[in-house]
Amino acid sequence: MIKDLRQISTQTVGLIQEQQDEILKDWIESQLTADTLRLDLMDQKKLEQESKALLKALTAALGGQGRDFTAPNWQAVNGLLKEISEARDKAGFSPTETATFVLSLRHPLVERLLSSKKISSLDEEVWLLLDILDQLAIFTTEVYQRRREATIHRQQEEMEELSTPVVKIWDGILALPLVGTLDTRRSQMVTEALLDAINTTGAEIAIIDLTGVPAIDTRMAQHLMRTVAASRLMGANCILSGIRPQIAQTIVHLKINLGDIKTESTLAAALKTALATYGLKVTVSE
Amino acid sequence: MIGVVITTPLQSIVVRQDRDISVVRRAVSTHAERLNLSVLSRTRLVTASSELTRNMLVYGGGGVVELKVYRDGERLGLGATFADQGPGIDNVEDALADGFTSGVGLGLGLGGARRLVDQFDIQSSEVTGTSISVAIWLKDDGR
Amino acid sequence: MTLERIAIVKIEECLLVTIQVDMHDRLALTLREDLGERLLTTQARGVLLDISGLDTLDTFIARVLAGISSMAKLLGAETVLVGMQPAVAMTLVELGLTLEGVHTSLDVDRGMALLKKLLV
Repeated sequence: MIKDLRQISTQTVGLIQEQQDEILKDWIESQLTADTLRLDLMDQKKLEQESKALLKALTAALGGQGRDFTAPNWQAVNGLLKEISEARDKAGFSPTETATFVLSLRHPLVERLLSSKKISSLDEEVWLLLDILDQLAIFTTEVYQRRREATIHRQQEEMEELSTPVVKIWDGILALPLVGTLDTRRSQMVTEALLDAINTTGAEIAIIDLTGVPAIDTRMAQHLMRTVAASRLMGANCILSGIRPQIAQTIVHLKINLGDIKTESTLAAALKTALATYGLKVTVSE
Repeated sequence: MIGVVITTPLQSIVVRQDRDISVVRRAVSTHAERLNLSVLSRTRLVTASSELTRNMLVYGGGGVVELKVYRDGERLGLGATFADQGPGIDNVEDALADGFTSGVGLGLGLGGARRLVDQFDIQSSEVTGTSISVAIWLKDDGR
Repeated sequence: MTLERIAIVKIEECLLVTIQVDMHDRLALTLREDLGERLLTTQARGVLLDISGLDTLDTFIARVLAGISSMAKLLGAETVLVGMQPAVAMTLVELGLTLEGVHTSLDVDRGMALLKKLLV
């Protein structure tokens, strides 16, 4: 994460330790007067608690060996920041507001360093400290991002499951209406769902309906072929239905060989064929 | 820390004859069940292991199969390394292509096995023989 | 080495083979030989290979099963492979083996029905 592995000097760490209470006081004050203050989302007591805990963990980390954030001395800070960021995200804080919480520690800290006469190579120490705080602020936004990604991932999965239903439409006949495009992951789920349904229902015919599929590429065509081949290995036959003219053109254009897979123009036509296989016919009753 | 895979050895099986292929299959299946791999993931890993063990027997004159738990952060997986002291594979890319064979069979073994697993690493030389590591991760949804 | 063998049962004109154990290579080859002999001696016209008990099928065993089907055909019998598990079917297809030319069925009953149709 940080290539520059210079340590904060023990002088600086000592100073921060000594003046922890004053720094904390300054810091809380500056937070309470900042634009980003959100007492509507979190009370002052909690803000004070979090600030105190973070400053304490940070001081301890600075005193330890290792400036890489994956080093053991930074674990407490990482854990705490993750917790705070997640809690604030849940409470409704924006990523900027949370990052500002960390960054607002820059002033109180640097001011103490500047007003001290004891620190040698002051410039360097200040820059190091600012770097570290920047990194911690970035870390809080990363926590937000990861939470967003996890949410998106979960929703995607939920949608995937919703969009791959296998329906039994007659004794021994399954229908798999596909909607949208199929990536590798989803087509595997679809195949799994279909094969499991064949296994549990004992259906010998599966109609894969492509009416809701706007376009098809080589990869998706291959997935379809595999689904059909796997169904056949189990002893069930697939019928493809609802192939749109555009898709038919693509299939021809890509020179995809659908082999001897049975195809029908519509789901209704496919059902008729499937029923006929079982010797059934739909007629109007007198 | 991301990307660092830690492996913990589970079991080691010496392969000398074709019966040992089923020993490997059973061992992989048992550990997969213990780790709660889905039926499909288990079938894939057992099948890939079967192919690679047979490969090792046919081309490398036998070898050792090492089963291990893979861990990458919070992610868990089951993996195996197939190591022989055979003549090595001249051209790994060719060997992975479907249809390639330098012995018996139709040559779906190596390329096929690679398609079945999430992770596939191969090292081969005339001096040290061939070592192939494969793994399947437990899926996020606990499958 | 023990003389392990997979049982072959004759039902009417058909030979029923139920594979329940993890089939190791030699056992598969022995089965092929035994089945060839039984087809000759019984003049059976159909073979049902029930693999519902198998939870893996690698390319070697799959090829032996396909080989049994071709051999049976030469000896005047049709073969139906029944009861392949979903995960096994998916894995086999991913391996690139679709066993074209081998008849398949969901279970023994339906396999038997299919054989009767094929043998008319």
